[in-house]
Amino acid sequence: MINGISIDYFILLSAVLFTIGAIGVMARRNSIIIFMCIELMLNAVNILLVAFSTLHQNAEGQVFVFFVMTVAAAEVSVGLAILTMIYRNIKSIDTNLLSNLKD
Amino acid sequence: MLGLSVHQWLFGILSFLAVLFSLMVVFSRSPINSVLYLIMSFFSISGIYLLLDAQFLAVVNIVVYAGAIMVLFLFVIMLMNLNHDTEPQRTVLTKIIAGIIGGMLLLVLTSVLKGSSALNKSFYGTSEVGLIKNLGNVLFTEFLFPFEIVSVLLLAAMVGAVMMGKKNIN
Repeated sequence: MINGISIDYFILLSAVLFTIGAIGVMARRNSIIIFMCIELMLNAVNILLVAFSTLHQNAEGQVFVFFVMTVAAAEVSVGLAILTMIYRNIKSIDTNLLSNLKD
Repeated sequence: MLGLSVHQWLFGILSFLAVLFSLMVVFSRSPINSVLYLIMSFFSISGIYLLLDAQFLAVVNIVVYAGAIMVLFLFVIMLMNLNHDTEPQRTVLTKIIAGIIGGMLLLVLTSVLKGSSALNKSFYGTSEVGLIKNLGNVLFTEFLFPFEIVSVLLLAAMVGAVMMGKKNIN
């Protein structure tokens, strides 16, 4: 319980957000939307880290969230650079067109 | 009101908004709308951080995610000139399968993590953990080495992005 809110509700919220992100990655073909869904999944995990950090009164969880945000920023900058290069080469960001390794 | 405290009301409203906007990210047709809904979702998540007394992370979440990362997304989408007609769609069967797999994932996640409340730990009052003074203390003593390594990671990401963005590399 954190100020009267059971930790179960935070776990449920985090699981629901993570699932929405996972469904988005599976159900969409637009690479940018897939990227955004990955960000959503990272944020779902961050909520859980912060909730348990407050519950146990331990700052290490929040420091970890800080590092997760830094890594996400680095990942997005490189990933979007890759996406712009893909778009420059095949004029589309449809993931189904990126099948050169298959044939 | 219904026997719920202010904290519980705020948590309910914020989590409802976060889930709603996240669903809109996945289901909206235009990528620009998806980005804007994701920003709204990040604001709701920042509200939840404030509810958990993590003030520093709430501000960093808004500044870094909603401020920097999502603007990057917006710029890239505008560079690519995407519109509704060229939007690729998966088949209905794939979408249904994705929904079923997602439901199973949710089931597994909740049933595995549900037992955590058996810790029977509770915390009341204002937490001091999330203040900048406290976090900075931990960050610059215990986590000093990872903090310095992260700067190398950011430099590497910056060099990589610039290299890939160039037209022809000589």
